[in-house]
Amino acid sequence: MICPARITGRRTETAGIYTFSMRLVDNAVRRAYSFRAGQFNMLYAFGVGEVPISIVSDPGDPEHLEHTIRIAGRVTGVMAGWKVGDVVGVRGPYGNGWPVEEARGRDVVIITGGLGCAPVVGLINYIFRRRDQYGELHILHGVRTPNDLLYRERFDEWRRAPRTRVYLTADQPDKSWRYKIGVVTELFDELTVPPSSIVMMCGPEVMMRFAAHALRQKGIGDDAIHLSLERRMECAVGLCGHCQYREHFVCKSGPVFSYRTVRELFGLSGI
Amino acid sequence: MSEALHMPQPALEDLIAMLWREGFKVLGPVARDGAVGFDEVRKVSDLAVAMRDTQEPGRYRLGQGAAGEIFGVVNGAFSLKPFFFAPEETLLEAKRERRGFKVSEVAPVAPPLAFIGVRACDLAALAVQDRIFLHDRFHDTHYQARRKDAFLVAVNCARSAPTCFCVSMKTGPEATTGFDLSLTELEQGFVTRSGSAAGEAIAAKLGLSAAGQNEVVSAKARIDGCAAGMQRGLDPTDLPRLLYAEAENPRWKDAASRCLSCTNCTMVCPTCFCHAVVDQEELDGNMSRRVRKWDSCFSLEHAHIHGINFRPKIENRYRQWLTHKLAAWIDQFGTSGCVGCGRCITWCPVGIDLTAEVAAIRAHPVKR
Ligand SMILES: Cc1cc2nc3c(=O)[nH]c(=O)nc-3n(C[C@H](O)[C@H](O)[C@H](O)COP(=O)(O)OP(=O)(O)OC[C@H]3O[C@@H](n4cnc5c(N)ncnc54)[C@H](O)[C@@H]3O)c2cc1C
Ligand code: SF4
Ligand code: SF4
Ligand code: FES
Repeated sequence: MICPARITGRRTETAGIYTFSMRLVDNAVRRAYSFRAGQFNMLYAFGVGEVPISIVSDPGDPEHLEHTIRIAGRVTGVMAGWKVGDVVGVRGPYGNGWPVEEARGRDVVIITGGLGCAPVVGLINYIFRRRDQYGELHILHGVRTPNDLLYRERFDEWRRAPRTRVYLTADQPDKSWRYKIGVVTELFDELTVPPSSIVMMCGPEVMMRFAAHALRQKGIGDDAIHLSLERRMECAVGLCGHCQYREHFVCKSGPVFSYRTVRELFGLSGI
Repeated sequence: MSEALHMPQPALEDLIAMLWREGFKVLGPVARDGAVGFDEVRKVSDLAVAMRDTQEPGRYRLGQGAAGEIFGVVNGAFSLKPFFFAPEETLLEAKRERRGFKVSEVAPVAPPLAFIGVRACDLAALAVQDRIFLHDRFHDTHYQARRKDAFLVAVNCARSAPTCFCVSMKTGPEATTGFDLSLTELEQGFVTRSGSAAGEAIAAKLGLSAAGQNEVVSAKARIDGCAAGMQRGLDPTDLPRLLYAEAENPRWKDAASRCLSCTNCTMVCPTCFCHAVVDQEELDGNMSRRVRKWDSCFSLEHAHIHGINFRPKIENRYRQWLTHKLAAWIDQFGTSGCVGCGRCITWCPVGIDLTAEVAAIRAHPVKR
């Protein structure tokens, strides 16, 4: 059921990307609501439609919801106009979320590519709030051009944090680019991690495929590599059929899959 | 199985009338627009009596059948699916309020339905849809509202269409489960059995006597004869593995070169469940309905997300459809998505036959 939620905050991350804070209007619904890191909500714009959007706020404070939305098309285009005080619709949470329990006590490698990957920002924040529960944190991020590097200040902030390394690369750098040049996998030469590390990534599927290959070389098992997939979603409850990835329903048994589960499908096109 | 009873032909008339009196809307195979479809029946003569169908890949004709034969037509384009999983229905209504909006569920108008003349494959398909809509992690209240009171009178097949392959899918030609009453048509009346308490109660009210031994034997002979004469088959051995391994078999391209991506196969299939969910605002902007409509994995938007279409080519979509039906479905729901009704073969405008496609892939694998 769609639950009304009031927008309590709006922050512009960069042109076309906004983070909205929201609060479920109904007291009982709000108190009963809980979620895990990496789950998503179906967000509803009245009369227009509903789209899957990850929850980036902390599961420790489930009454406070935050969503970062990149304006892509018809529905998100309307969401761009959401203001503080507006009432919007929330249905969720759905999906399995990141394996944050399994990651506890281990070194964590987080890899993203392409335009800002909201599910990963929530994950990084989650780990920072519980920093002593996790080992070394490695954040690898690849962009096409320096302009695509969103959240530049956050990367700088993370870079300064103890036991944390940030690796950035751009495919098509400009003169100001101070980091590595090339695709994400170029960053793997610099990455030294024990085979017991756990990896979580999101971004274009080709990037994730190459990354998984490179991680294998470092002795990290396919079981320890987790990726968040994106598919069309219209119901989020495993009934509409749109999110199917061969035998998987991405909404129901994903969006996070171990590489071992999907590696056979990763090399195939048109699945 | 319950005791075999003898039902004289006039008792079928009584059965229809009794079901109406019990509050059911009674539907059965009725001839319309050149095919049979489930429609309202008040009396036996409303049914497609003395008619037979001719079916082959890409072709369907209704013609004259044996005089007095009531259930001579095997099937038509539509199964029970549209009655329980509506082709289009409103799920929710959102009304604008002074501050925000209010959402309410729209309960479907769902009078209890009784179906006369349901084939074994369609009962099997109904069980598949039940598994999806009622026995999965999330269950569907709209489907349930329509499904819960349904009364099902099965008819065992004495004759199959050349497109049928229920024997190889182990779903027919005899209805063994999932019905309230089953009928096997003989020259003089029917052999009937009840498959539920509701069916037993109705049979008792009809006051039927036990069937004679010769009737039971001849009913069995008809069903066995139908099974033995079935022309088509699909070897289900090791199907998930075969189709998964053969994802790059050139046959997909070959099938795609014939396929029009018209979505017919998915519309007539009694198990296909894909649907679109759309929000439709009323003109005045104060009300919006959430509507679900049948969708198809053959539509171009099905696997489209912003900037990417995961299945841009027909060969991708044909493979998705067939692999889902015969392989992924088993992993997802523990049952095949195909019951062997043959509709997708008959109603494909270019006569693509999934049994032939699978056989070709099996015969010429590219992976061992
Ligand atoms: C699990 C999951 C989590 C996501 N998390 C975020 C997030 O935190 N922030 C964010 O900005 N975006 C996220 N997305 C992507 C977001 O859902 C799409 O950008 C959005 O659906 C585009 O809708 P649109 O109507 O604006 O675009 P259009 O291109 O006009 O799309 C029309 C319709 O296509 C479907 N669709 C299009 N793109 C996608 C897509 N990428 N994923 C699923 N369905 C799509 C939707 O049904 C949509 O209504 C997520 C997607 C998934 C699957
Ligand atoms: S795939 Fe074809 S033969 Fe199988 S159940 Fe669907 S319509 Fe019938
Ligand atoms: S009915 Fe035939 S042409 Fe139409 S989508 Fe199905 S296989 Fe293709
Ligand atoms: S989004 Fe509908 S089945 Fe997954």
